[in-house]
Amino acid sequence: MVGREGAEVVLRLDGITKRFGPLVANNAISFDLKKGEVIALLGENGAGKTTLMNILFGHYTADEGAVEVFGQPLPPGHPRAALAAGVGMVHQHFTLADNMTVLENILLGTGSLLSNRLNARAAKAKVQKLSADFGLSVHPDAKVGTLSVGERQRVEILKALYRDARILILDEPTAVLTPQETTALFDTLRKAVALGLSIIFISHKLNEVMAISSRVLVLRHGKLVGEVATSDTDRHKLAEMMVGAEITAPKLAERAPGAALMTLSGIRTAPRGNAPGLAGVDLTLRAGQIIGLAGVSGNGQSALADLIGGLEVPTSGQMELHPARSGDWSPRAALAAGIARIPEDRHKTGTVADFSLTENAVLESYENAPYSRKGWMDWSAAEGFARKIIETYDVRCPGPGAAIRLLSGGNMQKLILGRALEAGPKIILANQPVRGLDIGAVTFVHNRLIAARDAGAAVLLISEDLDEVMALSDVIHVIYEGHLSPAFPRGSKTPAELGVWMAGQGFEGGADAA
Amino acid sequence: MDLLDILLSATFWAAVIRIASPLIFATLGELICERAGVLNLGIEGIMVIGAFAGWMAVYLGTGLWVGVGVAMLAGMLFGLLHATLTVPFGLSQHVVGLGVTLLATATASFAYRLSLPEVTSPPKITPFQPWEIPVLSDIPLLGPALFSQTALTYLAFILVIVVSLILYRTPLGLALRAAGENPASVEAQGLSVTAIRMGAVIVGSGLMAIGGAFLTMSAFSSFFFEMVNGRGWICIALVVFGAWRPGKALLGALLFAGFDALQVRLQQTPMGAVVPYQVFLMVPYVLSILALILMSRRAEVPAALMVPFNKGER
Amino acid sequence: MRLEPIPNPTALRRFGLPAGALALTVLIASALALLAGANPFATLGLILKGAAGSKFALLETLNRATPLIFTGLAVAVAFRAKLWNIGAEAQLYGGAIVTVLLGTGALPLPSALLIPVIAVAAMLTGALILLGPVLMKTRLGVDEVVTTLLFNFIMLLFVSYLLEGPMKDPMGMGWPKSPALDKAARLPRIVEGLRLHWGFALAILSALAVWVIQTRTTLGYEIRAVGLNAEAARFAGIPVGKVMVKTALLSGGLAALAGFSEVAGLKGNLTLDLSPGFGYTGIIVAMLALLNPLGVVISAIFVAGVFVGADSMSRAAGVPTYIADILMATALLTMVLALKLTTTRIRWR
Repeated sequence: MVGREGAEVVLRLDGITKRFGPLVANNAISFDLKKGEVIALLGENGAGKTTLMNILFGHYTADEGAVEVFGQPLPPGHPRAALAAGVGMVHQHFTLADNMTVLENILLGTGSLLSNRLNARAAKAKVQKLSADFGLSVHPDAKVGTLSVGERQRVEILKALYRDARILILDEPTAVLTPQETTALFDTLRKAVALGLSIIFISHKLNEVMAISSRVLVLRHGKLVGEVATSDTDRHKLAEMMVGAEITAPKLAERAPGAALMTLSGIRTAPRGNAPGLAGVDLTLRAGQIIGLAGVSGNGQSALADLIGGLEVPTSGQMELHPARSGDWSPRAALAAGIARIPEDRHKTGTVADFSLTENAVLESYENAPYSRKGWMDWSAAEGFARKIIETYDVRCPGPGAAIRLLSGGNMQKLILGRALEAGPKIILANQPVRGLDIGAVTFVHNRLIAARDAGAAVLLISEDLDEVMALSDVIHVIYEGHLSPAFPRGSKTPAELGVWMAGQGFEGGADAA
Repeated sequence: MDLLDILLSATFWAAVIRIASPLIFATLGELICERAGVLNLGIEGIMVIGAFAGWMAVYLGTGLWVGVGVAMLAGMLFGLLHATLTVPFGLSQHVVGLGVTLLATATASFAYRLSLPEVTSPPKITPFQPWEIPVLSDIPLLGPALFSQTALTYLAFILVIVVSLILYRTPLGLALRAAGENPASVEAQGLSVTAIRMGAVIVGSGLMAIGGAFLTMSAFSSFFFEMVNGRGWICIALVVFGAWRPGKALLGALLFAGFDALQVRLQQTPMGAVVPYQVFLMVPYVLSILALILMSRRAEVPAALMVPFNKGER
Repeated sequence: MRLEPIPNPTALRRFGLPAGALALTVLIASALALLAGANPFATLGLILKGAAGSKFALLETLNRATPLIFTGLAVAVAFRAKLWNIGAEAQLYGGAIVTVLLGTGALPLPSALLIPVIAVAAMLTGALILLGPVLMKTRLGVDEVVTTLLFNFIMLLFVSYLLEGPMKDPMGMGWPKSPALDKAARLPRIVEGLRLHWGFALAILSALAVWVIQTRTTLGYEIRAVGLNAEAARFAGIPVGKVMVKTALLSGGLAALAGFSEVAGLKGNLTLDLSPGFGYTGIIVAMLALLNPLGVVISAIFVAGVFVGADSMSRAAGVPTYIADILMATALLTMVLALKLTTTRIRWR
């Protein structure tokens, strides 16, 4: 896309600063958005992208600075004002009510609350026209709870378009999409731009930024550290701007795979809500091997993680641990079998926020000596363990007695990693192990996983970030609606080829038939 | 008198409707709160304060409808307290609800003793009188049962329709249901979750108070300390039983009132001579527990029930 | 407005806000006294005097505090695990029934053996009463608040049935009460001549025991983990359902001891008004103590003092005794708010 010198400025941010306690999430950020332009807001997790957009949309109020939309100052702190000014936002976590229809979600809050009826018929016609114009097919009368993730995102976009938004903000919109769905989304965005809309596209995925934007703004630690025309840059330069240093990809030394440590054959699990369960999965985890699991979120990753982690029992199929067989399957049985688990959500499942580091460190082992004997806790032994993790894994914290909620995400993850790895596991289940971490912590976690693999552990790496899976895995499987693709050895498939599998093609004759 | 006689008597059905009326008001009130995402355990106390305030107002000389208004206002006041603590401050809905029940009950007792320090038996007021709807009340069986009730009973049934229409046919109802399912959806569409939830709790509490006032102003004519006697908790069970839908909740209230009316009459039968009366009195509470067990698997709980919403928090 | 967490609250916040909550409560009490036409200072003074102004008053307060310590502990233990046991009232009566059942000649044992046997039986009964609602919660997902509340009403009717039927005192002259306990089953006084029985000591011991369980044992650790984050606890391998059940057994048992101690230590028989809402007041006691078992002892004495003091004040000043109930409910609400504000601050923008 070409630059638009002299085009009308539709949005102006001037010196936006936002602090959360001592943390400066946004530091004096200013930029302009012009009519018919797509700018990408690029930055690592925690760089302040979402905060900035939440200020723009009125979820937060800036401590300093002002926003102007179409030349008019935007009153801070009210999504209603932003919507009225023509700003629409597609949130990263969808803001839809599952118990209502698509149309009802779109209509919510559009008229006076006190009017005595919903003007559903006219609204439906408008939604159908917008669907056609922008290539956003979705049934207006469908219950949102029954929709797929891709459809829900279309509803989110329709919500903004229905209110005649002239500026669209999309927060990490591709995180939940297949490469093919991403292409469709980009088509929609190009149609919108052609109709004169302006777009802010938030992402940390470099190839997407290169594909869709005309201008890139790079955020780092809450500061705007760079602004370039997309045509004047490349992925490599953007990556350097984003993290402030050259990224070194983790190195994976050649290593022959060892003995099978766990074998799953024909495993099925019960579906959960909208997400599918496992639908006949065959998988072997081998010593000294990292197996990467690629796939769009919500395709059975959680089911597989919960199965191996002991939280879920299969409805049918064989699950074999070598040399021991799995008996009654539970988190404790999994731990006893030498399975270390790094959960997907470190806040909700990985830690107890109000517990100290010590109490969190022994969460999986408190029943064992030396941390307890005959039901009595030995807190000094537990504290010793916490101190060991803090030292070995470089956990920055006020001390083992501090509540873990005071720690940054990276340090919290290091404690979980230490808790899991210090037990000397045979199998490591790493579910989204670096999501939301800064680059330093990412490297640390990746190196530890590689070291464990080199020491002979089997690692199952589950990630929605295809680049991460490809960089770290000896073997890659793609998961789609509970089915597993064949094993692809390292380097045998391009991202595009894996993307085809992630969209569900290739499964018809293979896993599905089983 | 055997079971068939009971079931064929107009007085029985009239009693069913009468017993159901306060439950309908309070259940609708609780349903509105819960649909918006707030569990209101203040219900028991708010019914007590409604029963007291309405009765006291009439005793002091206001008209009956003014008394209903006073009861509703008193309920809304405690609803405001509940809403302030649970919605913007996000305090535990369990603890605040029980606290509001204790406070409202204590306030009613205190005010009663303060205004009538010497009396031993509570004074009576002239309650709402049955209002026989012309023509309809002449239908055999149905007429005396359905169309010879007090105005408050008719109001209860009308309210079921009104609340249904609001919930499913208006923008306000849309916002209310969304607030209880995913408050972020309300916020992102430019509406205030805080305002919607607080409004729901305040209005819902007003309805609960009218339910209480029904006891002193329509069913009986005086105020007793123990008169609400767990009806509030039963209404919470009825909301679950009704799967958070006004129509089904009405059915639940009628079913429940049916059993209650039946147990009173069964006490007069030969069976009543054998079975201790306490067993009959347990029926409502046991039924409520059974209803909760029965619906536990299939009920569609509002997804954000008891989940506080802090604006901008992710 | 919105709330923002404060990572490290200052001492002023941590102590000032709860103190402010109590001050607000006292202020409201004064306003109520004024409303009743009494001098607020005199009213508060009379409450204080009635609660602790003499040896007799103080002992009365401690006697009243005894069941509240038990029910407060029952609630504190349960709430720690986010198990909302509002049924301490029913469990209390369960303990009382068993005490009468076993203490009126059914067991020909010497006092030193009989009393412990009855206490244990009472605890088991209370535990069993709470087991039903807890299993309904863990197995079926039925909210335990409503079921435990409803159980209270069922239990009171059951007691009423017992007192008019199988457990009726033949010498009761038609009054619904149970026969009196045998001498051997009665808890002796701690000091002869002083109206304070061993139930109080048992209550203090129970508080210490609960404190030890919570801080020193794996069960206590499990209970706290389940209460703070059940999902993380389940993930880590803590059997959440079993912990809930164990918590319930402990909680129900403690509440039942209140009934045991009231019957065996104070009243000597069972009546329908054995508990003036001790089970519900236990919630206030536990919340004021921040669910700390040792704090429960102090807050139970404080709450008991307000009730005892209000009784005697009411006779002298003519302010209805229900002022004490209003005070306690207000203290509960202002205290939870104050606690919230120690860890969060309000931002108006």
